[in-house]
Amino acid sequence: MLFLSQCINGLQLGSIYALVALGYSMVYGIIRLLNFAHGDVIMIGAYIALLTIGAGLHPALAVGITILGCVLISVLIEKVAYRPLRSAPRISLLITAIGVSLLLQNLVQLFFTADSRAYPSTAIIPARAIQLGGLSLSLSTVVTILVSVGAMLGLHLLIQKTRMGKAMRAVSEDTGAAQLMGIDINRVISITFAIGSALAGVGSVLYCCRYSVANPTMGSLLGLKAFVAAVLGGIGSIPGAVVGGFAIGFAEVLVTALGFSAWTDAVVFAVLIVVLLVKPTGLLGRGVAEKV
Amino acid sequence: MKHIATKIAAVVLAVVFVMSFAACSGGKPAETASAASIKVGVLAPLTGAVAEYGNAVNNGVIQFVEELNANGGINGKQIELIPYDEEGDPVKAVTGYNSLVDQGVVAIIGDVTTAPTIAVVAESQADGMPMITASATNAAVTCQLDADQNVVKVYENMFRSCFIDPFQGSKMAAFAVDELKAKTAAVLYNVGSDYSGGCAQSFQETAKEKGLEVVAVESYADGAVDFQSQLTNIAAKAPDVLFVPDYYNVVALVAQQAFAAGSKATMLGSDGWDSVLDTISDPSLVEGAYYCSGYSKDDTRSEVQTFVKNYTAKFNDTPNMFAAQGYDAAMILFAAIEKAEASGKTGDEYRKAIIAAMKETDMDCVTGHVAYDQYNNPQKSAAIITFENGAAKFWGNY
Repeated sequence: MLFLSQCINGLQLGSIYALVALGYSMVYGIIRLLNFAHGDVIMIGAYIALLTIGAGLHPALAVGITILGCVLISVLIEKVAYRPLRSAPRISLLITAIGVSLLLQNLVQLFFTADSRAYPSTAIIPARAIQLGGLSLSLSTVVTILVSVGAMLGLHLLIQKTRMGKAMRAVSEDTGAAQLMGIDINRVISITFAIGSALAGVGSVLYCCRYSVANPTMGSLLGLKAFVAAVLGGIGSIPGAVVGGFAIGFAEVLVTALGFSAWTDAVVFAVLIVVLLVKPTGLLGRGVAEKV
Repeated sequence: MKHIATKIAAVVLAVVFVMSFAACSGGKPAETASAASIKVGVLAPLTGAVAEYGNAVNNGVIQFVEELNANGGINGKQIELIPYDEEGDPVKAVTGYNSLVDQGVVAIIGDVTTAPTIAVVAESQADGMPMITASATNAAVTCQLDADQNVVKVYENMFRSCFIDPFQGSKMAAFAVDELKAKTAAVLYNVGSDYSGGCAQSFQETAKEKGLEVVAVESYADGAVDFQSQLTNIAAKAPDVLFVPDYYNVVALVAQQAFAAGSKATMLGSDGWDSVLDTISDPSLVEGAYYCSGYSKDDTRSEVQTFVKNYTAKFNDTPNMFAAQGYDAAMILFAAIEKAEASGKTGDEYRKAIIAAMKETDMDCVTGHVAYDQYNNPQKSAAIITFENGAAKFWGNY
């Protein structure tokens, strides 16, 4: 029973990591950018939810505004910071992403101070326990797992079954050829950012419902761990991000449950080092031969 | 052009020179205050990052001394407080200590935070200066410790009015057994914090003595936000109480995840829990939990109510724990000075008399009854605070 409970913990944590890792992987897949501001978009989402619920809005509406807010801010970042650098070396893009991340953290610190704020998690998902046989689950655990799996299925359908999904895959495969075939690259990239950050918005709500505290730097560690998950799964690969997210979630829970809690973060980043040394393309990533 | 610049510089220098002279002469009256007063130094950070604590302690001390002076002082002499702002810096604190000694203080209240206090204690050994800190909770303030935290030497001249960190763990273990009739306990602590680790260790030691079975001990790294796995392990053992010695922001997370993990244990905490209700999303998550604190403004004892009333009237602010402990530090010190005055001794003997009298302290203070153990740490009662209907409520002194 204890084992089963811990598995569910892993599932909950893993599904949040997977949602965030998907955003990383989608953006990398399409413009080869490690969007280090992705974690901070989640933080922005947390503050939007805090403000909207604080203003007395209905929680469902607040969640909607949070997701929309995450999408808008990401699309804006892409337009202002990344698009002008489309043809610049990739290292410039990477440095810009780090700059955007710092900008967002410091802006929020300026307006809301560095203090942790209570997140109104119980207004969104009430603190309620569900008894399942001998298993006690909180409502937030169940909602997190169901919503994440739902979002991942939705994304899969979108990418595999729609014209836009096809266009995204084409741009990811070969940007130049896709452009020659008449695909509007800018639009596809914008939509990819939008979808990635909508997932981040959902992740933000679920993450905060579990941890119920918002602060300006909350996105950095979450973002880094999701990045490790994306690399483990094979960055750029959608199923890889999901597999990586769950693997990292389970690894964390396993290490902690065995009593090595001080080593949890170390294990996650050791995974990154091992993957980069042994199989840099990740579990499900495809190796791309360097054109010389 | 260059000539004019030189002239200006000369004028500026002259002005600075004159002004520094004026400052010196302005400071003189303090040194030559009437011999019929008793001078006591207050060493505290009154500006800088930890000024909030320093000012609260200083206000508490001022409050006590004004009351004492209004009642005629000690032995017909008025008390003169000499504050020194050390800005929270150990080096400036040592400078401040020497400055206070030069000004002829008979005792010092201070310092406020741990690092400057330890620096000053080392310096004070040669002088045998009676000292009391209101708020430095580290064990190394009153004793010299070796690498394994064993006591090498007790600093005989150094006392405190606050309890030390590990004392709280011991208190809560005893409270769980005596008042909550707990049979089994679990501990969840921060491995990256001396405060949390010290409390957790003393909780387990006292639990063992009292026959409280500790069924699970889990830990987390400093800065962790995820405690679900640890709490799942704890919930599986179904303990009666769960001790979580950490600060309010962590406690808010633990309480929520303990609920999610299906834990039914009564949560117990340390003074870091203060203001947890500001950070928690749903107050019902800590309903029925208990934590101990140095002081509660809702304590019904008359000492506390009078103190809160007078302090609020004077400073237009509700006294916090630091103000109350500052008040108590002054109360303990001046009771000892009164005895030393009565003995009629002078010089070094007078200081030794103050120290001896402080060691024998046995009195009711605002923050509880104080008596000292062999390490000059107060054996005192703690204010137990619980949560009822979503609000913090004073349970009683234990």
